Amino acid sequence: MEKILDVKNLHVNFATYNGTVQAIRGVDFHLNSGETLAIVGESGSGKSITVRSILQLLAKNSDIPEGQILYHGDDLLQKSDKEMDAIRGDKIAMIFQDPMTSLDPTMPIGKQVAEPLLIHHKVSKKEAMDRAEEVLRLVGIPNPKARMKDYPHQFSGGQRQRIVIAIAIVDYPEILIADEPTTALDVTVQAQIIDLLKELQEKIGTSIIFITHDLGVVAGIADRVAVMYAGKFVEYGTVDEIFYNPQHPYTWGLLDSMPTLDTSEQDHLNSIPGTPPNLLNPPKGDAFAPRNSYAMEIDEEEQPPFFKVSKTHYAATWLLHPDAPKVTPPESIQKRFEKFQALKSGGSVK
Amino acid sequence: MADEKTPIVQVKHLKQYFNIGKPNEVKAVDDVTFDIYPGETFGLVGESGSGKSTTGRSIIRLYNPTSGQILFKGQDISKLKNRSPKMKQFRRDMQMIFQDPYASLNPRMKVKDIIAEGLDIHGLVKNDDEREKRIKELLGMVHLNPEHMTRYPYEFSGGQRQRIGIARALAVDPQFIIADEPISALDVSIQAQVVNLLQDIQKQQGLTYMFIAHDLSMVKYISDRIAVMYHGKIVELADADEIYSHPLHAYTQSLLSAIPVPDPEVEKTRKRIDFDHSKHFTDNQTLQEVLPGHFLYCDDATAAKFKN
Repeated sequence: MEKILDVKNLHVNFATYNGTVQAIRGVDFHLNSGETLAIVGESGSGKSITVRSILQLLAKNSDIPEGQILYHGDDLLQKSDKEMDAIRGDKIAMIFQDPMTSLDPTMPIGKQVAEPLLIHHKVSKKEAMDRAEEVLRLVGIPNPKARMKDYPHQFSGGQRQRIVIAIAIVDYPEILIADEPTTALDVTVQAQIIDLLKELQEKIGTSIIFITHDLGVVAGIADRVAVMYAGKFVEYGTVDEIFYNPQHPYTWGLLDSMPTLDTSEQDHLNSIPGTPPNLLNPPKGDAFAPRNSYAMEIDEEEQPPFFKVSKTHYAATWLLHPDAPKVTPPESIQKRFEKFQALKSGGSVK
Repeated sequence: MADEKTPIVQVKHLKQYFNIGKPNEVKAVDDVTFDIYPGETFGLVGESGSGKSTTGRSIIRLYNPTSGQILFKGQDISKLKNRSPKMKQFRRDMQMIFQDPYASLNPRMKVKDIIAEGLDIHGLVKNDDEREKRIKELLGMVHLNPEHMTRYPYEFSGGQRQRIGIARALAVDPQFIIADEPISALDVSIQAQVVNLLQDIQKQQGLTYMFIAHDLSMVKYISDRIAVMYHGKIVELADADEIYSHPLHAYTQSLLSAIPVPDPEVEKTRKRIDFDHSKHFTDNQTLQEVLPGHFLYCDDATAAKFKN
């Protein structure tokens, strides 16, 4: 599999009145051709900033002191604004969270979908509009020819998100970055949009980076998953490895604090206590330690490196150090381990 | 829940229309009937635009209902006049927790004044000492540091703000709380904290909740009974477990089939059920009890089938 995107040791700072916020504190990941990588984490963990730095869509007070973002081996961080303009919306496109604010309310939607083609290629208006119609049909807008003249307010939320997706894919991007594309939508509409993204990936072979905080959505769409906390990745692996063999206590906490439809009337949900750290003064040790009931002394002192679980699975927790004591994960996680064993032996996990 | 108990809230044929008589008339809530029993958590689920929030807002009289009755402890409150003594008492007994912890707290007020606003209006504290004591007690109840009472909302995180909203609701000793999507603006790791807190307080104070939400797995976890709303109508109402294990209405089935589950194997085999509006709604349908405690929006012939 070819790595089409390779992010190395990315750091992003923001200058604020109160000092420098270290929003991204050394992130490494890559995206394989044709796959879907999901990045999960809570608000403020830095998942949106990570992907926005790929397209250099960061606010003016931002600074990238270190790191490389290699796209086919070319560092995007070294590119001029003009060179980036040729990449944005053409090679790498983005779908934003809020379909209400990411469309221009004063422009008919047909024109908005055709716009990337007119900007990036020497095509006639007619060709661009024909292609826009085709893509609107592809994303499931009924009767696209007539509706191209309509304005965003004449569409429902789900349809608007389909239009946003149409704009993103009109030029067959190699990479599609979807930043919480379904968070503002109802569950039934969310399910339709996810099906649509999967279908489009099959048809046009796009690689997708999918950002969300909803682990249910991740389980349905991702090939690989990266879990982010306080500006760092804490664990990454294949979707099965993250859901059935999670190793980091934060991943445990996330999976354990969600009631599933099978969760019975137990007395309490297992919650992760406390709140994420302030990245103005990031802690010296593991940022998750204050909320981690499995934390050890070394967590206060030193940030854990990534430990290898398998060829595709890594987790940054001292619990994986050979000298660490054996701990008992939450019960729901142990059940997931059982499923992992069943999967490995080739059986069904039902 | 125990049927022999008298309901604390009875909603009878509630209609809440907007822009009445104009071309853009909206029937946000269209003839809705249900009871809520003391001590239970009544879940109300549905998509955006289904009328679930409007139902909550009509019950607490943020709107004047178009028609129908809302009985609170047996008394019709749907026509109470603003500022009448009965209305004032009712405003104490019923409180609301809002969805957006950023928009629902006045950014220019200190936390202590936000929480004490109800105490002041209803004259529940005699002097400043008593007021401060009560504020500290309320902050302790929602696990916030009482020393932070002189801070402003912006100094708190989303989860903490939602706790402030809960403390404000509790200040006037309500009996019934409507929580309108109280956790949907919060992160996953914080949601469980707030849900646990709401349940603890319910036990301590013997409160009754109406929990409005679109996150179906959380609703199932927290609710005793659940009503599913669609296009301004309740299409199904039953015990939480029953509605998830035996959904009868096609819309409920479609809604349940769309819930993402954090398990890749389940997701691989999941089949989404589409819902076709035109097939399932006809005239002469009403909400009927087709199985004990299980209500379905259907016509008489369908209801008869279940009864046999």
